[in-house]
Amino acid sequence: MAEALARITEISGLGMIQIRAVLSETGPDIAQALGIPIPERTGTSLAGARRLCWMSPDELLLVLPRDQVAPALAALAASLAGRHALVLDVSDMRVGFLVQGPSAGQVLAKLTPANLSAMPQDGMLRSRAAQVACAIWRQDEGFAIIGFRSVADYLRALLVNAASAGTSLDPR
Amino acid sequence: MTDAGPFRLAAGGRLIDRAYPLSFRFDDRELRGVRGDTLASALLANGQLVMGRSFKYHRPRGPLAAGVEEPNALLGLGEGAYFEPNQRATTTRLVAGMVATSQNCWPGLGFDLGAVNGWLSRFLPAGFYYKTFIHPRPFWKHLFEPLIRRSAGLGKAPTEGDGDRYEQAYDHVDLVVVGGGVAGLAAALDQARQGKSVTVLEQAPHWGGRTPTDHPDGQARIDGLLRDLKALPNVRLRRNCMATGLYDHGYLIAREGLADHEPSAGLPRQRLWRIRAGHVVTATGALERPLSFAGNDVPGVMLASAVRDYIVDYGVAPGRRILVVTNNDDAYRSALAALDAGLEVAAVVDARMNPTGALVETLKRRGVRILPASAIAGIRGGHRIEAVKLCSYVGAGRVFETLAVDCVAMSGGWSPVVHLWSHCGGKLNWDQQGAMFIPDPARPPTGADGAAMVTPVGAAAGDLLVAKATGAAAEQALMPVWVMPMNASRGMKAKMWLDFQNDVKLSDVELAAQEGYESVEHTKRYTTLGMATDQGKVSNINGLAALSAALKQPIPQTGTTTFRPPYTPLTFGTIAAEARGDLFQPLRKTPLHGWHEARGAHWEPVGHWRRPYCYPQPGESHAEAVAREVRAVRGGVGTLDASTLGKIIVKGPDAGRFLDMIYTGMMSTLPVGKCRYGLICNENGFLIDDGVAARLAEDTWLVHTTTGGAERIHAHLEDWLQCEWWDWQVWTANVTEQWAQIAVVGSQARNLLERLGGMDLSSDALPFMGWAEGTIAGIPARVYRISFSGELSFEIAVPAGRGLELWERLHEAGADLGVTAYGTEAMHVMRAEKGFIMIGDETDGTVIPQDLGLGWAISRKKPDYIGKRAQDRSFMAAPERWQLVGLESTDGRVLPDGAYAVAPGVNGNGQRNMQGRVTSTYLSPTLDRPIAMGLVLRGPERMGEILEFPGDGAVSYRARIVDPVFYDKEGVRTHG
Repeated sequence: MAEALARITEISGLGMIQIRAVLSETGPDIAQALGIPIPERTGTSLAGARRLCWMSPDELLLVLPRDQVAPALAALAASLAGRHALVLDVSDMRVGFLVQGPSAGQVLAKLTPANLSAMPQDGMLRSRAAQVACAIWRQDEGFAIIGFRSVADYLRALLVNAASAGTSLDPR
Repeated sequence: MTDAGPFRLAAGGRLIDRAYPLSFRFDDRELRGVRGDTLASALLANGQLVMGRSFKYHRPRGPLAAGVEEPNALLGLGEGAYFEPNQRATTTRLVAGMVATSQNCWPGLGFDLGAVNGWLSRFLPAGFYYKTFIHPRPFWKHLFEPLIRRSAGLGKAPTEGDGDRYEQAYDHVDLVVVGGGVAGLAAALDQARQGKSVTVLEQAPHWGGRTPTDHPDGQARIDGLLRDLKALPNVRLRRNCMATGLYDHGYLIAREGLADHEPSAGLPRQRLWRIRAGHVVTATGALERPLSFAGNDVPGVMLASAVRDYIVDYGVAPGRRILVVTNNDDAYRSALAALDAGLEVAAVVDARMNPTGALVETLKRRGVRILPASAIAGIRGGHRIEAVKLCSYVGAGRVFETLAVDCVAMSGGWSPVVHLWSHCGGKLNWDQQGAMFIPDPARPPTGADGAAMVTPVGAAAGDLLVAKATGAAAEQALMPVWVMPMNASRGMKAKMWLDFQNDVKLSDVELAAQEGYESVEHTKRYTTLGMATDQGKVSNINGLAALSAALKQPIPQTGTTTFRPPYTPLTFGTIAAEARGDLFQPLRKTPLHGWHEARGAHWEPVGHWRRPYCYPQPGESHAEAVAREVRAVRGGVGTLDASTLGKIIVKGPDAGRFLDMIYTGMMSTLPVGKCRYGLICNENGFLIDDGVAARLAEDTWLVHTTTGGAERIHAHLEDWLQCEWWDWQVWTANVTEQWAQIAVVGSQARNLLERLGGMDLSSDALPFMGWAEGTIAGIPARVYRISFSGELSFEIAVPAGRGLELWERLHEAGADLGVTAYGTEAMHVMRAEKGFIMIGDETDGTVIPQDLGLGWAISRKKPDYIGKRAQDRSFMAAPERWQLVGLESTDGRVLPDGAYAVAPGVNGNGQRNMQGRVTSTYLSPTLDRPIAMGLVLRGPERMGEILEFPGDGAVSYRARIVDPVFYDKEGVRTHG
């Protein structure tokens, strides 16, 4: 009863690079520069500590450790030189939380209308958590959720509230 | 046993546990019930039959039903922050220490002064609002309406915030079965065995619906189904979960009670489920209908099913000597249940000529008097039935016998619960045999694939016996009875209640028909039939049958009113869920928010952002703080948190020509390293945003928007790119939150920044309207030399995570310079001193740049930009427009914001003509006098004229039309 439904922890050292490009033309160059395959629609692809996320038909988000941002930016700049593409360091723009534990999915099911149980192992869903935009993928025995920096306090409080002890969604 | 109340039976009660007594309070009575009781069953057990007063006539009312359809037994529950009005006693589980109060009665439930309305009932017929009280006119507002409002109505609104908490949850499931009775459980098992994920929702705390109550082996059948279902991993069973509404695409809303019955558990009280169902099976059962006979609302008259529920489920005697009145076989079950419990059955009054079913025969064998072709002519008794007057069903009601009884169990047949089916468009057929509306399988609610998304089963589909699952024997057909006796007089009909909660009688519906109401929807509104919180669950069919009879047309021709969600009322708490207190709305915070907060900033909401309005020091008013901040900036240096400004990157080979279309001015010719002020209009030519664009590289621009414009303008850019110019090679990205942006403003600004070091910010290296990249205080930064105050000004953008560091370094290094943090109001005052416009102040969606003297920011060389053609329209180009001017108060008083300047004469509505209005107005601390801007008809041509601005009451203001630039017209201060 005293146990929260999931552990909520902020992810530290998060780096992010936003990429906008015509993936059918520049995809192979991006993949080669980063050493990660271009993800399927609504999917992510993983290489070590890097995750490349499909955001829209012409947008990717590279999530990686903060200290790898500069070399990744350089690699992308080199391989996309002269091509019509936009690559930006947006590491400060968002905040991320890990939601971990066997009932992590229940915590998110209280906040997002997205069907997480139908999300593939390497999928990512862009949706909302209560009143703010978010994106969710599976990570470390649970989920990672990212949202905008300005609403970090709101997002944290939402997650903690949804994980309140005794509020399991299991039928009683 | 006396503990549990004088009307508690010696044995029985399948849902209660007599080992656990619970004490509770009802008004001023301390009472006891047992675990498993509803509030209604516990009150009945204590002999408390009267549970409320009716809406209009304040008649004493006892429970009519034992479930969700209950129209009478509505109570106030709880106290203080946990008070909730209009709670159904019949569905409220008794909790130890519960406090319940009666409603709509004064001074008390037993003796209510409002009952005088009953004697006046002939003056309160259908539509009485429109008739009786309409003249003389002023009496309505000042006398009749307040009186009626005080006398009518049910529970009182809570006066405190809800002390409970609530939550919501989403679910996605192949199949939802609504209703955990025998039909629902059987359907769930069948579908689950085919591999579907199945959720079963049951409104009650227990499974089985009516089956365990009505059939000897019912519980065993339910237990068997539950055992099989629980063995399947793809089945979830939720009790206390009421499906309240079904919407398009299988979107089902359900309310789960988590702690309704366990208030001290520290849990959310209720959870609102928002379910995306692949398919919905409605196994929602049926509701019994009352019979319309004179006095059918006297306490002690109940639905026959409720009588046996109280006996069988709760071990409570609704009365000691019971009379059953019916038009069907099912009600005989209530007589049997009463006999089995040792109660007396005075008679069964059956309207049918020759009742012969198996149940009838059983009762006959047990010696119960059966009176065929009979009816009730009237009831004697006020707070409880004393006697029943009997008559022949065929006839006008001549009494042939009077029987002393204390309870009447009535049944007028059953209506399938078709609400969910109907919520999302399913159609109904009238079933002549059963006298009921049932779902038409040929006209179901359809899903995205055009196929039926709902399947009704069991009683909800019209199969009232569910014989296949219950093993029930066939029954004799019911005989429709809509008024009893057949030729009842008008006086009798005025005592026949259709809608118990809203006090609508058969005579009211007949009156409506007589007055020309033909549509059932209109009649509903005129009479208020079915408009109470029970939504007419027991009254609608009887009402429309009465209307059909009055209109002499068949029932299907009259049709039903519209079924609307929610099926049962939802408390606002579940709809709001977590969105209250700190989580009411997301607050957007800049990277410097904590610093502002620690300095006691007074906040200004800007969209979802909170920006410091000013930073009042101890003992300082807001106005004083603003004045101090303005003087500090004008006299030395200040810092502003400008992080909320929208920042959008626009990049690509076509970015220049794209921005030339977006802005009214020329952006493609801007050299790299330079900034330019720009205006953005919509297709109608109206100004929607402004800001400074910087050219970052040959193919890249940074577009600054207003705080409120970031998302809106980003969407505007993407809209044009994706929908109109999809072949232009341009990428955009909204990077507003990546950056902290700090304006360092004032003659000492450069001095202060040089102290932090890292960049050459001299006029040569960074001229006005230039930008440069480098590091300041070791932090990577972009510096824009732009000014919204007229002072020497640098806006410094650093990664958001390092914003606070820069801000604190500025304040350390500038302490001796008197560096002062200033808020949005000081910013507003300074821009107004300079005559700079503000989107939302000088613009309101109807203002074009030309109105604001901003023609200089419109390129004449460009063939086109968004809004250009609109601005050429005759009334846009005409001189007869309100245009921007400065306004100088003639007597030193500050003009009121938004005040209108009057012109001679009146318009077609008899209102004063107007010739302008105030758009910005402040007391300028710099000039020590009021300044204002406004939009005035042909304003710039009228310099020196005096305008009059009437204020509140008799106060009026006068102001002279002047140039809008009040301070430093030459613009020398911008250069330091």
